[in-house]
Formats: sequence, C-alpha cells, structure tokens
Amino acid sequence: MTVFEPTIRRIVRRRARLLSGGVSRSLPPTPTPRSKVAGGAPPIKIAPHDPIIAHCQDAVGAIELEHLNLDSPALAEMRTSGVTLVVPLVTNGELIGMLSVGRRLSDQDYSADDRRVLESLAAHAAPAVRVGQLIREQRAEIRARGVLEQELAVARLIQQNFLPKQLPELAGWQIAAYYRPAHAVGGDFYDFIELPRGRIGLVIGDVTDKGIPAAMVMAATRSVLRASAQRLLDPGAVLAAVNDNLCPDIPEHMFVTCFYGILEPANGHLRYANAGHNLPLMRSGAKRSELRATGMPLGLMPGTDYEERDATLDLRSRVLFYSDGLIEAHGSRNEMFGTRRAFEVLARALDAQPLIDELLHALDAFTGDESEQEDDITLVVVQRSAATHAAAVLADFAVASAPGNERDATRRVAQALASCDLPAGGLERLKTATGEATMNAMEHGNDYDPGLDVRIVVAASASEVTVRITDHGGDREIAAVHTPDIAAKLDGRQSPRGWGLFLIERMVDAVRHESDATHHTVELEMHLEGGEHATGGT
Amino acid sequence: MQPAELETTVRTLPDGTVIELRGDIDGAARETLVAAYDSSTSTGSLLLDFEHVAYINSTGIALIVDLLARARADERSVAARGLSDHYREIFQITRIADFMTLLADDSGPRTSERGEAR
Repeated sequence: MTVFEPTIRRIVRRRARLLSGGVSRSLPPTPTPRSKVAGGAPPIKIAPHDPIIAHCQDAVGAIELEHLNLDSPALAEMRTSGVTLVVPLVTNGELIGMLSVGRRLSDQDYSADDRRVLESLAAHAAPAVRVGQLIREQRAEIRARGVLEQELAVARLIQQNFLPKQLPELAGWQIAAYYRPAHAVGGDFYDFIELPRGRIGLVIGDVTDKGIPAAMVMAATRSVLRASAQRLLDPGAVLAAVNDNLCPDIPEHMFVTCFYGILEPANGHLRYANAGHNLPLMRSGAKRSELRATGMPLGLMPGTDYEERDATLDLRSRVLFYSDGLIEAHGSRNEMFGTRRAFEVLARALDAQPLIDELLHALDAFTGDESEQEDDITLVVVQRSAATHAAAVLADFAVASAPGNERDATRRVAQALASCDLPAGGLERLKTATGEATMNAMEHGNDYDPGLDVRIVVAASASEVTVRITDHGGDREIAAVHTPDIAAKLDGRQSPRGWGLFLIERMVDAVRHESDATHHTVELEMHLEGGEHATGGT
Repeated sequence: MQPAELETTVRTLPDGTVIELRGDIDGAARETLVAAYDSSTSTGSLLLDFEHVAYINSTGIALIVDLLARARADERSVAARGLSDHYREIFQITRIADFMTLLADDSGPRTSERGEAR
C-alpha cells in the first residue's frame, strides 16, 4: 500500500483536480510517498509531479499497470517491483494513497470479482488509513512542539538565572522590579550593580530576537556590562565598552538596547546614558519628563559614543524603567498602551511595588484578559520613599523680620518650586501671595522685631503645593478679607492701601489660617497641572 | 532677586507726559513716584511705562492707586504699557484697569528728547 505524506495529501484533492486539471504541477518537492507490495518489496518513492498521481486521481476503481502508458518513474519502479494492480485510496474526495498488489500466486489475471474485492477493501481501508495519518501527524506535531517548549524552557532558565535575585536596599529609597516573559521569551533584562562609594548602577535592556539566542546574548551583555561598570566611571564609557565587546561576536541581525545609569542615593543624582532603549519615565510631583540621551543600540557599530545626561531625583521623584512589552502592548482597537497611560499610573501616590501592581493591572485591563502577551514585560521602579507621602517638604527656612526680606522669601520659595508643574502664571501668583503673607507676618505678627523670624515651609504632593508662613502673632486677630472698593479709594473715601489680604486670596487656590497661643500660620495652596484638582488633568 | 530702588524718567510730549519706571514699586518708591507726578505737566494724558518694573507689591499698588486718584482729580487720563502678564492680571483683579487704559507692549511713545531722569 502506498500512503501519501501529509503535504501531498493536502494538495492532491480530486475536487482540485477537476477544477484545474493539473495539480501535479503544484506539488512541492519534499513529499516522498512510499509503496510496498505484498511480500515485503522495498518502498517505492513517488515524486510529487509523477504522472501516476494524476492518473490515480482520475481513475475509477482498480488500475492495471500493464496497460498504462505514462512517463512515470514510479510506474516503472512499481512494475520492476512486481506490482500489477493499484487501487486508489480515496476518502472525502481526497487521494491519500494506493493499494498496490502484485501478481496472483496462481499467475492468472485478476478477475472482475477480484477487482471488486480490492476496490471494496480500498474503500473500507481509506478512512482507517486516514485516521492513522492524522494520528501520525498529531504525534509529529506534539514532538515538534515539545522540542520548541524545551528550548523555550531553557531560554527562560537562562533569562531568569541572570536576573537579580535580590533588590538593593537603600535608605530613603524604594526599588521594585518585575519581569514577565512572553510565551516565546524575548531578551529583556535588568540589573543593579553595586558600585564604590554607595552608588548603584541601574541597567535595563532588551535583546532583539527571542528564545535561546536572545537569552545567550542577554547573558553575555550582562556579564560584560557588570565588568565594565566596575572599572569605568562614566555610564557612556561603560556602554561604549560593552558595545565594542559585543560587536565582533553578536549574531547578525541581533542588537541590544540598553539604558545604564549611576545613581547616587545620598543626593538623588542620576548620571545616565542610553543605547537606544525606551526612555525611562520620570515623575516628580505632577511634573513629567523622560530621561533622554542619544546612543546607538549595542552590537551594531563599534566605536560608538554615548551621550551622558544628568537628572536629580528629588524627594517626590520616581522613575519607571521598562521594556517595549509595556508601551507597545495593543488594546482591543489595536492602539498601543503608550507612555501617556504609564505616566497616569505614575501619578498615583503608591509605594514602588504597589505601583508596579497598578501598572500591570492597568495593562491587563487595556489589553483584555483573553489576549496573549506579545512581548516580554520588564518594569523597574526607583523612587524616593517620600514620593508616596501626601506631601514632601521642599524647603524649610526662616527670614528675619525686616523690611524687604519678603523678597528673599519669595526667591527661595520660587527656587524650591522650580521642578513643580505649576499652572501658567502660577509661580508669579504664588510669589506675590508669599510676599504679601510674609510682609503681613513680619509687620503684623512680629511687629518688624528683628529678633523674631518668620518660618516658611514649602511642600508639594502630586496634586498641589503649599507654602506655610508662620509668625509669632498667635494672639492677634485675623482680619476679614474684603474686596477693596477702588472707586472709593480714588474718590478719597477710603485709604488707597488695604490690598494685601485681597491679593493673597486671589492669587492662590486656597488660604488657611491656624493659630495657637504664640504662633499664627497662613497656608497658601496652589493646585498643580496634571494633579487631581486640575481641569482636564492627566 | 535683590530689591531695586525705583527710578523714573519723565518725558513731556505735546499731548501729555510719559513716566518711565525702572525698579521695584513698593513702599520705598513713594517719594520717587510722587515726585515724578509732581514734575509732569499738570495737563494732558499720562502714560506710565512699566517695561522695566519687575516687582510691585500691595503697597506699590496703593501708590499707583494714589497716583491714579491725583490724575483723576487733575482730569487727566492715565494709560499704562509694558506690564508683564502677571501684573496686567493684578491690575485687572484690583480693577485698576477699569480706570487706566492698559496698552499693548508696543504701544505709546517711548522716547523724548525732553526727558528728565530722577
């Protein structure tokens, strides 16, 4: 019996033959049908384009080979092997093989009855043969899938073995990391490198390609980067060294994107370079920024320079390092998650780990439960512990009660708020309100006594900034705020003065007063752009 | 930012007076501002040029209101130019703008050969 291999079987359909009349032309070169005649004759290979196949498709019932006139190598081989009769095996209109028989033992021709028996046998055998073929195909598929899964398991093992087992513990800082491989395991990686003088190297990268090759390149990159980070001081130089190491050996068409930064936990200074990796997202209060620096991915071109940039992570700052599995994840309408959604989550006052959980929650909600993860997802959050506080103190200072010192106070408040995302004109308004409130504190609270100072505390949360101005006039009565009548002032019916409290009230979003036995505090509040108070905020 | 004592230049034009202001308008500016007004002609329009004023506090607002009151008593119209967006907003909040025309930055005369610095 000759049984066709799956590929040829799919193509050789009687229906197709009837329509095209020439399916044998489209047969692929790989199938190798095998034939055995009774008595253990060797298998016969039938080429995909052999005319015997087309003939079998056209034939009805048993075919005597003796009368066939075909330029068919298979036919010649079958004759040599002693095959005298073939019956096409057809099921569901599909030619799946041939029943081949040799001469009768009696050496007589096959009778009409014999043919009917053979045709009946072929008709019954064909479905059973088809079932056998399906089982064989499925087993082959399972074997192939098993090999693939085994390779992916190895890739995962390599990948996870080279990810940090522990996260750095830094006083005043929170660090959290997350890695979720896609089914086909990409080349994401991240690392934390302990450096001299308490500094920490922050690494996040992504190797193009997937599976074991990507995992191997990832492991090599990590090792070279770790070694380079210990002997070179500058992040750009480290990436340049890694690049020069990778270039000679990295497989063609592969490269590595990688961000490397050196964090000084004591002051929040971050010096960094970037070899084409996704720009880390930084949020400081309501202010957003991306850590930009230019540089080619690693492994593409030796001798590449990498730009170095600096950032300061203040008390309210957090940075999200991520791979493209986050921002390039697709939603139900084929739109991408993008950095805007990531920034929105970064605005939430959460510790580092809950922040990652929230990012994943937002991502899963965006992509939908049913969708398969397209790429590896790596998330690393580095933030000051104070970033989750309701408000972080940005400045705390005192000025002596002397005329003109309100100018110094406003200057220092403006400096403290430099990184805050105040609304348009907000800084000038807050400076005016601070100046007026400080003048009031010096004049009415402290009677311009040079020995009494005015304390000023500037704080910011994700949604607002506050300036608290405290004097020593705890026992004084707080004047009610009236809207000045300019017409009365111009007519001389009112003093031209009396604008201070009115201006304070009109310059900021809220003014609060507190007093105890010795102190009086006025608190000025201004909402931030993008904060929860902001109209159409992010 | 260090306090900058107010200086003025009074320029007399055919149809009025321009007072160019340079420095801060706060309590310390009282005498300078009064003197500038006193030295201007007593008739015709008055243009206050705030282009070089970086700081005005509530006491300075009071001085401007006082000057505006004197001009109204003298039946002189008053205009202002060169205000920053912030102080333009304050002039509107305080309704000073209801009694003083706020000109665009490139409006009004800026120089005169008859100016006198104080």
